[in-house]
Amino acid sequence: MSLSLIDGAFILSGLLFILALAGLSKHESSKRGNILGAIGMGIALIIVILATVLGKTIDGLVVQQAAPSFAIGAILGAIVIGAIIGVLKAVRVEMTGMPQLIALFHSFVGLAAVLVGWSAYFGNVLHGDFNGLHNGELFVGIFIGAVTFTGSIVAYLKLSEKISAKPLVLPAHSFLNLLALVAFVALTVLFVLFGEGPLGLGLLIAVTVVALLLGLHLVASIGGGDMPVVISMLNSYSGWAAAAAGFTLNNNLLIITGALVGSSGAYLSYIMCKAMNRSFISVIAGGFGGDSSAAADDKDYGEYREIKAPEAADLLKSSRSVIITPGYGMAVAQAQSAVADLTSKLQAVGVNVRFGIHPVAGRLPGHMNVLLAEAKVPYDIVLEMDEINDDFSDTDVVLVIGANDTVNPAAAEDPQSPIAGMPVLEVWNATSVIIFKRSMATGYAGVQNPLFFRENSAMLFGDAKVKVEEIVREL
Amino acid sequence: MRIGIPRESKTGESRVAGSPKTVTQLIKLGYSVCVESRAGVKASLPDQDYAEAGAEIVSTEEAWAADVVTKINAPTDEEIAKMRSGAVLISMADAPRSPELLEKLAKKGITTLAMDSVPRISRAQSLDVISSMANIGGYRAVIEAGHEFGSFFTGQVTAAGKVPPAKVFVSGAGVSGLAAIGCARSLGAIVFATDIRAETAEQVESMGATFVAVESGDQQQSSDGYAKEATEDYAAAAARMYAEQVKDMDIVITTAQIPGRQAPRLLTEEMVATMKPGSVIVDMAASSGGNVAGSLPDEIVVTPGGVKIIGYTDLPGRLPTQASQMFATNVLNLMKLLTPGKDGQLTIDTEDVVQRGMLVVQDGQVTWPPPQVSVSAAQAATAPEAKAAEPTEKKPLDPRPLYVGAGLVAALALVLFFVSPHELLGHFMVLMLSVVIGFYVIGNVAHSLHTPLMSVTNAISGIIIVGCLAGLQLVDPAKLAEPASIVILVLSVVGILLASINVFGGFTVTQRMLNMFRKGPK
Repeated sequence: MSLSLIDGAFILSGLLFILALAGLSKHESSKRGNILGAIGMGIALIIVILATVLGKTIDGLVVQQAAPSFAIGAILGAIVIGAIIGVLKAVRVEMTGMPQLIALFHSFVGLAAVLVGWSAYFGNVLHGDFNGLHNGELFVGIFIGAVTFTGSIVAYLKLSEKISAKPLVLPAHSFLNLLALVAFVALTVLFVLFGEGPLGLGLLIAVTVVALLLGLHLVASIGGGDMPVVISMLNSYSGWAAAAAGFTLNNNLLIITGALVGSSGAYLSYIMCKAMNRSFISVIAGGFGGDSSAAADDKDYGEYREIKAPEAADLLKSSRSVIITPGYGMAVAQAQSAVADLTSKLQAVGVNVRFGIHPVAGRLPGHMNVLLAEAKVPYDIVLEMDEINDDFSDTDVVLVIGANDTVNPAAAEDPQSPIAGMPVLEVWNATSVIIFKRSMATGYAGVQNPLFFRENSAMLFGDAKVKVEEIVREL
Repeated sequence: MRIGIPRESKTGESRVAGSPKTVTQLIKLGYSVCVESRAGVKASLPDQDYAEAGAEIVSTEEAWAADVVTKINAPTDEEIAKMRSGAVLISMADAPRSPELLEKLAKKGITTLAMDSVPRISRAQSLDVISSMANIGGYRAVIEAGHEFGSFFTGQVTAAGKVPPAKVFVSGAGVSGLAAIGCARSLGAIVFATDIRAETAEQVESMGATFVAVESGDQQQSSDGYAKEATEDYAAAAARMYAEQVKDMDIVITTAQIPGRQAPRLLTEEMVATMKPGSVIVDMAASSGGNVAGSLPDEIVVTPGGVKIIGYTDLPGRLPTQASQMFATNVLNLMKLLTPGKDGQLTIDTEDVVQRGMLVVQDGQVTWPPPQVSVSAAQAATAPEAKAAEPTEKKPLDPRPLYVGAGLVAALALVLFFVSPHELLGHFMVLMLSVVIGFYVIGNVAHSLHTPLMSVTNAISGIIIVGCLAGLQLVDPAKLAEPASIVILVLSVVGILLASINVFGGFTVTQRMLNMFRKGPK
């Protein structure tokens, strides 16, 4: 197969990927975007498989022989098995489990990038052609890939609650990260110089281990509430890993796609950091949201009031405008369907119900939107923080379901607060606020929420799903 | 507890201390509410509306016999007689000038909260009827002046000639003064204003009027939010200023009042005499002696020079519906403060400066005046502002480290370009362009689609499968038996498997999610 044809197909795939991401700018074009992406992937796959089967030619000269037939069998077998696993996972996943699935997918890309790096090394061994700079690229690819792999695995374990989501704070943990980076640079220099010799394999193993440990430590030291940033960051890394593999293999399609994914993840991390008013470095440095910060606060906030489901139902019935602000707690309690029921019941009696979503609500960028979409809440009543923040003053009732730090007035009013300056949903401007909560415990940031003690607030204690269902029955 | 809203008995009073809206809210606070029949008729609030809001429509006696009575004006002796001992009265009381009234209420054992004795602190603004009524009064003063004034407020150039805009002078930049400025400005007049408190200049200018300062070394800073009497030196300077200003003016509105004292005389007969015939003066202080020589309460006096002096004392009542609604809302806000449990039980916390300030009679004792609360408008204005400014103010970034950084990056890049093989540079260009495109494209993605975005990027980063396949092509069929070949084969096949999970799983789950998003019926 002619190399020109292959490269042409790659250009087409790259364009289709860009169009796929552009399609996601609007709900209306999003499905088309996804399909364009799939077409781009299909073209790339078919072309590469054909190239492997037929070999490559430039102007009729064979530059790459056809792969042996048993290899072709192995390729097709691997793809079919992978496809079955992937589709099964995709069809079965609960929408509350999306963060875990995405973390898992990141780890696959990371591991694949490591494997590509290793294959490239053995390819060099096989053909005996070593090129110093090429070796450097190879190391970069393996390093990023391995960090992504273990980082994503830890994120997956934390998100699926197989391990504690609390940040692991080792002594001098920033120093450890730095040390790993220095070790990586040193190993790369060594590999560029001596990679060809018997030392090569040892260096390869060493850099892989260092990167695996760094990924492990990096994510282990970040708390659960910072997961939106971590997931976006790992998304970004998985892209850079693919791009680095592209450098190793001289493949522009990998570079384009990797860069798209990499910048996408980086942009998302930036949005998430802005939404928490924290710098990317401070999130990565980790350790935020431990128990230590909670104990320092012994200010007297006054008394909170409690409300029961029937009273809440009465209040909702007599109101004109209701805004629901969900948080991670709604996902934990699996309350989204109950909330959707409540929404349609209230709409039926003429109440204007809308949703206000904070950018970092949940454990994944856009997590709440997906949950509400799953529960069949129409997306045009689900609004962003900036779109809805001015409307709270005209709102009769706000239901805060499983959100805490994202509705904390201290962020706007108390310059001493650890979350001061973080943009928040200004729910307290509404006539009344009902907060669904399991207990009076603090949120992820470990900061007490003065909202609970406001005169227009009332607490509705209990499991959010059970309580929302009770209200629905009362209506 | 039961709240009674009686009809106002004072002649000419058209307001009522509760509206259907606040009745609903009072009931939510746990109270039952009864309204005297026809209490709101003059304010266009019929009994039916109250009944629909959940109030009981009752006789005069029954309304007065409630546990809590809310009304506008201080009660008469007969009305006090109708009240139960131990009941709570919420109304205006003019405490500084009515010691006998307070005595009578104390004797009868009626706990009294005076709506016109609210301390002037920001927290209490929502229940301050002086402010809310002054606002209405200031607005109405301009309307009354316009009614008597023989020309337009706004300047016009018409086929029938050019009309200059009216010139309006407002004395006193309190709530009513500012409301008058706003109203006169919106009608198109040129507005000037003065106040003994120099700190109000900014507020005056923010309303679109020109502040006229009194040229005197003696300026006031108020410590309780109200103006005080001025010194002689200042009074002389003020008189010069007024004499200078009013002769040009078409409309003068005076609002100067000092709580519990006679209103200061601002305009003398001579000053009024210098004004043009047809000019109008509204003396909002006519009830407490008047700011203008010759003004009479509740009357329009026409001077020999043809200047009309309006001395209405019921200006807020001339907007009965709005005035009732605002008064009722002030009362409601007080009830919210007095009902922390929202259980219909009224509790008075004498530790709270707001409640203590309003409490003029309790347990048979006159408790007026309250201990001094000093909350200066000037201090209060500066302190929180300074605090609020700190976090929002961002330090401009020092650009120097940025320049140094950019220089270093550029130098590094140059070095890299020199040592790199040409092929690498080509790849680099592709990378950079893709990053830029990526940032622009992703910047447009809707927030609500961030999760599908991540899963679709998951899917396309499965393109690493191309890398794995390329790795496989490294195997030389001639050297299949070598261990390196076997390792490559195994690694590549595992990589292909992982990447295909991503590709197929990613696109499938994205499509599944996108199918869930649906638009609501319009």
